[in-house]
Amino acid sequence: MLKNRQDLIDLRAACRDAAKKQTRKILVCTGAGCVSSGSLDIYARLVELLRDRGIPCEVELAKDPHDDSVRVTKGGCPGFCEIGPLVRIDPEGYLYTRVKVSDCEEIIDKTIVAGELVERLVYKKDGKVYAKKNEIPFYQKQKRLVLEHCGEIDSDSIREYLSVGGYTAFEKALFDMSADDIVNEISESNLRGRGGGGFPTGKKWSQVKRQKATPKYIVCNGDEGDPGAFMDRSVMEDDPHRMLEGMMIAGLACGASEGYIYVRAEYPVAVKKLSRAIEQATELGLLGKDILGTGFDFTIRINRGAGAFVCGEGSALTASIEGKRGMPRVKPPRTVEHGLFNMPTVLNNVETFANVPSIIENGAAWYKSIGPENSPGTKAFALTGNVVNTGLIEVPMGTPLREVIFDIGGGIRGGAEFKAVQIGGPSGGCLTPEQLDLPLDFDSLKKVGAMIGSGGLVVMDSNTCMVEVARFFMHFTQNESCGKCVPCREGTKRMLEILERIVAGKGRDGDIELLLELADTISATALCGLGKTAPSPVVSTIKNFRSEYEAHIYEKRCPAGNCRKLKRISIDPALCKGCSKCSRGCPVGAISGTLKQPFVIDQEKCIKCEACVGTCPFHAIKED
Amino acid sequence: MNTQELYQKTDAILARYGTEERSMIAVLQAVQEEYAYLPREVFPYLSERMGLSEAHIYGVATFYENFSLEPKGKYVIKVCDGTACHVRKSLPILDRLREELGLSADKITTDDLNFTVQTVACLGACGLAPAVTVNDKVYPAMTPDKASELLKTLKETL
Repeated sequence: MLKNRQDLIDLRAACRDAAKKQTRKILVCTGAGCVSSGSLDIYARLVELLRDRGIPCEVELAKDPHDDSVRVTKGGCPGFCEIGPLVRIDPEGYLYTRVKVSDCEEIIDKTIVAGELVERLVYKKDGKVYAKKNEIPFYQKQKRLVLEHCGEIDSDSIREYLSVGGYTAFEKALFDMSADDIVNEISESNLRGRGGGGFPTGKKWSQVKRQKATPKYIVCNGDEGDPGAFMDRSVMEDDPHRMLEGMMIAGLACGASEGYIYVRAEYPVAVKKLSRAIEQATELGLLGKDILGTGFDFTIRINRGAGAFVCGEGSALTASIEGKRGMPRVKPPRTVEHGLFNMPTVLNNVETFANVPSIIENGAAWYKSIGPENSPGTKAFALTGNVVNTGLIEVPMGTPLREVIFDIGGGIRGGAEFKAVQIGGPSGGCLTPEQLDLPLDFDSLKKVGAMIGSGGLVVMDSNTCMVEVARFFMHFTQNESCGKCVPCREGTKRMLEILERIVAGKGRDGDIELLLELADTISATALCGLGKTAPSPVVSTIKNFRSEYEAHIYEKRCPAGNCRKLKRISIDPALCKGCSKCSRGCPVGAISGTLKQPFVIDQEKCIKCEACVGTCPFHAIKED
Repeated sequence: MNTQELYQKTDAILARYGTEERSMIAVLQAVQEEYAYLPREVFPYLSERMGLSEAHIYGVATFYENFSLEPKGKYVIKVCDGTACHVRKSLPILDRLREELGLSADKITTDDLNFTVQTVACLGACGLAPAVTVNDKVYPAMTPDKASELLKTLKETL
């Protein structure tokens, strides 16, 4: 239990020294991706082999390590999920990719014992060999700030967090700064909320600080619900203390002594890691009563979500923590005045809180030196879809989309053509090849009808049908609509119906106009952000890909060849010998004809299952 | 349903989380962890213990996707249909699973209570797209054929 500032300084120094002594390290990625490809078995095998060989090894940061021992660490996710499971060896910094349990012996014997590189396991691209992590193009253009510890430290250990300077910012805020100083520093840094809206964090904090009513609450929104986004998950799982530290600083700044973290139910590992982090911080006395003898009290509780996307909306989230149905309410009054339990509440998302410690530690001027003036700092993105390098990345705000998709992402998978990138999830829009040079920041994207959102970037190639993408998002929002307000409940349903009939080849003249009219009304009248932005994917795909909608409606054709119901399968009469094999295999009896005469497919009955295509001995059946 | 046992288990849960309204979701989650669904008998009991109407508690339980009022299968298979999985063709995997088990969007659990097949919005495992989970174990980069294989292996363990 740490009693005062000196205790914390001493412990941090001890952890740092211990970490310095142990230069030989093996870091095994234990992010979701690598775990599902067996990284925990690799970890166990490495430890077993070291012990078998009599090499001293430690699985956690020991108080007094041997200089020649090897530390094997579950290091969290370095973000390059595509080439996992990943194993990194320090001090050389070799990064081994797609490691299998059977590779472990070679890694130990060659690299750990003899100091040699196992070349067959390192990343290769275009004939070049990249032995070290930082040489790989995927990492070259990134600037990892919020994710700096992901893949570097064991998130189960507060000692590891301390060894890399953890809780220095909290210490500074607690002893050297007043509440006003903290709020001013954050305001000065121009940190904007990373949850999507981009609201200035400092402004929010000062509004809560000003409120007279007590108690006040600090709430962290970890309900990362946008499909195709997992940045916050990585922070919660791999660097939970950083986020706790951010919340504690917010507590100091606003005069709150209770914090809540609302985590999505789909992230059980994050819940476990956060609980462990809270436990450890409490044991050390960094959370609890009279922290480090200063009289400041702060506790943090975790609430698990139960599968409702709308709970990412502020007032719905607080209702859910209160044990109610998670439905948004009319605003104002806003969350800063009447938030959780009707008290003044700071509600920020995970990435926002994770930005706070480095701003307090290094100052607002430093922070503003990264990225453009009106949206400084970095942004984490989940890069997914039809891109070569899927994974978690972080770049300075304002980085052009082209660099993200082609330099970091490595371009389009399978050599297909780039068609669009969906940004901002179900509330965002699609950007086209012409918009590739757009800088990624809050204001530039808003101008073209998209938004940075929480940071999902789903890349789509030429085989993706944009009408189907719009239908997909509308299906999602319609399903997640809480049903409280009419525009969202009824409007999204109607929009979905229209989109469904268009992709089924039953679109009518006037459908595009009707979609746009509904979109206008919903955006203008829905109660909360979920409803207001629900039509965005439709509006942006109509704006950028109108001809695809028209092809579906007027020509009953899907230009991307994606919509199954618009497929037309027919028999080439010149090749058909009338053997009847296809008609016997058809599950719906859509094929008929006279023996030894060409057969025909009844397009009305055909369900496009293509069962007939493979059965024809003469290859006479084809998709038009 | 052994109601005596249900009440005892619920008492233990309430002792842990408290009987205030704010504990509601955590309590329902804990009951569901015990039974894999929310037995209907739990509603009147919770109503009495927590001092809230049955309708209110039912309203909370039906609002959230994760709560189920029907028993689920021994293996709960979730096909991720988040954006990243969707553009890498997750729907054919769902179709295959449903076809082989005789399930649909409305009938999600087999009559023998062995399998439940459902979709999930996003597991946050987009790097592994398309992803499927079976009782929370993640299976990455799935295809319809791999899904059939997986079903076969699961059936062997029944």
